[in-house]
Amino acid sequence: MDFAFSEDQELLRAAARDFLADRWPNERVIAAADSEPAFDAAAWKELANLGWLDSGLGVLEHAVLAEETGTALLPLPWFSSAVLATPLLAGDELLAGIESGDRAVALAWAEPGAFYLRETGGGVTESGGKLTGRKVVAPDLASVTDVIVTTNDGLWVVDLLAQPGVVQPLSTVDRTRRLADLNLDGTTARRLATPVSALADVRRRALAMAACEAVGVAQRALDLAADYTKTRQQFGRVIGTYQGVSHRVANIYVQVQLARSLAYWAAWAVSEGDAQQDIAVAAAKSAATEAAVFACENAIQAHGGIGFTWEHVLHRYYKRAQWLDAFEGFGRDHRADVASAVLDGTTDEGTAA
Amino acid sequence: MDFRDTPEEASFRAELRTWLRDNLPDDWTTRAPTVGRFDLAESRAWSRRLYDAGYVGLTWPKEYGGGGAPHEFQGIYLEETARIGAPEHIGGIGLGMAGPTIIAWGSDDQKRRYLAKLLSGEEVWCQGFSEPGSGSDLAGAKTRAVLDGDEWVVNGQKVWSSWAHIADWCILVVRTDPDAEKHRGLSYLLVDMHSPGVEVRPLKQITGDPEFNEIFFTDVRVPRESMLGQPGEGWNVAMTTLLHERGTLGFALTAALERQLRNLVRLAKQPAPDGRVPAEDPVVRDRIAQQWIDLQALRFTNYRSLTTLAKTGVPGPEGSVAKLHWSETNQRLTKLATSLQGLASQLDDDGAVWDGYWQYQQLRSRGNTIEAGTSEILRNIIAERVVGLPRSR
Repeated sequence: MDFAFSEDQELLRAAARDFLADRWPNERVIAAADSEPAFDAAAWKELANLGWLDSGLGVLEHAVLAEETGTALLPLPWFSSAVLATPLLAGDELLAGIESGDRAVALAWAEPGAFYLRETGGGVTESGGKLTGRKVVAPDLASVTDVIVTTNDGLWVVDLLAQPGVVQPLSTVDRTRRLADLNLDGTTARRLATPVSALADVRRRALAMAACEAVGVAQRALDLAADYTKTRQQFGRVIGTYQGVSHRVANIYVQVQLARSLAYWAAWAVSEGDAQQDIAVAAAKSAATEAAVFACENAIQAHGGIGFTWEHVLHRYYKRAQWLDAFEGFGRDHRADVASAVLDGTTDEGTAA
Repeated sequence: MDFRDTPEEASFRAELRTWLRDNLPDDWTTRAPTVGRFDLAESRAWSRRLYDAGYVGLTWPKEYGGGGAPHEFQGIYLEETARIGAPEHIGGIGLGMAGPTIIAWGSDDQKRRYLAKLLSGEEVWCQGFSEPGSGSDLAGAKTRAVLDGDEWVVNGQKVWSSWAHIADWCILVVRTDPDAEKHRGLSYLLVDMHSPGVEVRPLKQITGDPEFNEIFFTDVRVPRESMLGQPGEGWNVAMTTLLHERGTLGFALTAALERQLRNLVRLAKQPAPDGRVPAEDPVVRDRIAQQWIDLQALRFTNYRSLTTLAKTGVPGPEGSVAKLHWSETNQRLTKLATSLQGLASQLDDDGAVWDGYWQYQQLRSRGNTIEAGTSEILRNIIAERVVGLPRSR
């Protein structure tokens, strides 16, 4: 039993921290959030140079990057492109452009009445290499160069630089990861070799990575709350000396640690194809994204009025936490899966190992 | 990162499973769980069998009767015994607190004298730390010990001492220097509970059981050499005890919670007294799933802390959340279990589901956030020592 990242993975984490602290301070994140979404070729190229867009990265390397990009609230389509889309492009001609940083790819799966990755909608159909129909609430669609579109019998890639009119940006609560609709009307598309069934793997990995990213968000909320309550004075004392405040911060710490344990477990289980991977990702996604929401809400409260202002960065994290909580269903959806395994017998009555 | 057993761990796990299957009663896994009440003779006999098979004190030094095994083996032991619901060793305080402190501070004579009998269950230990006037504030202890010739003469009162009514020995924090600063005036004695002047009065808990006790010491004479550390070092010795209580606790808490979760799942799948099957109710399913997730969070947080321990010799800071999380989770779990029984949840003893198992467990769980460090103290520790906030007092 060894619950530690390898030396190389820790080096990747340290490099990611340095890069994000240097290149993506709060002010730049906020500036990006407050501008119109577009593909930022220069910023994306920097991720390519770091190797973050390589298709060969393992799940545990992705886990490290998901956590660190969550801590920094990186407003680039890394989650969409690297976690959701790239695994579907095995052997495809688009990979070279992604790894060089010239292309970024989103995934459009949701349709009205079929919101989730494991549902099939049928609202988009193909005829003679042209797609017609509508996809909704696709993440980062306005910040990428290409999109993979799911139909009932295939995966298709649409070049958005060639056909920009199909994207309809939506006003989104989390302005660092915006949603958009995709209106296809005889739009030229190219069929991918990867079958639709690969979406099951993508979903599993995405749930684990959403959990890891949520841990990063929660950790940042904890750090902000700790820093503030160590220095802010009221009634002649640092507010962190009041147990009404310090116990709130302790509660955030507890939730962050529990969430981190589950998120790393889920990432490991997916990387190994472990027998418990489905229940692990359901548990981690539900717990970690709720922990991130909890951490942000309690950090806002610990800050008092300043934490409630638009100017303070906390609400940006809070909104990302809520985005992650909503992604592929809130906690209760995933707990329904856990309940099926625990109560209906697909796991050994709740044991790990 | 790898959560699988090494070949050595896997073979230890397999041997243990076989041993448990061969040594527990045939109908063990199908019996309803028993109420938490203590059957002394059964527990002693079981403890002895565990000891003879080499499963007690797995990580303790071999020369004192231990197994000299790595921490992971103790983790596997607790996982497997929880899985099958095996009874616990009689000497919980001795194994978790007195023993590790004697290993850390005791002389060779003391280690030889106490450890093997503690492991075999022949001698049971209790803890004399809390007093009526000093619960969480251990350094405020007032029980006095005065040197008279070659003996310490002890006078005072301790409280909340689990198992004192069956204990042979007590780890006792006493004040030996009333003039010293409060942390420096303490010493740590090993006291024979059969000495003249020791009186144990059971304290009935809200469960109706006398698991806790008051201990009164009236002119109790303790040999001078029955001390761990030097006079005045009692605080440091006691910190070793509490560190062990919290440090090695993670696996035991995970095991205890897993046991409860298995019982909860079993309860939810059988028709309740009102005729409904709780496991078919989506709200109940959601809550049970959350309990399962809370259990895994405890398990893997414990693994993380243990990995840090193996790599650095010190448990990771995340281990500090284990007891706090466990106690509050266990309270939610037991209350959920009673809530599945409708008004029949208000029955007790023979008339209740499983002879009142859950009624007992639910009431007992209220002590979980008070004993072994209240949740308030644990939150102070996390805020101050882990997160680094300024001291609150």
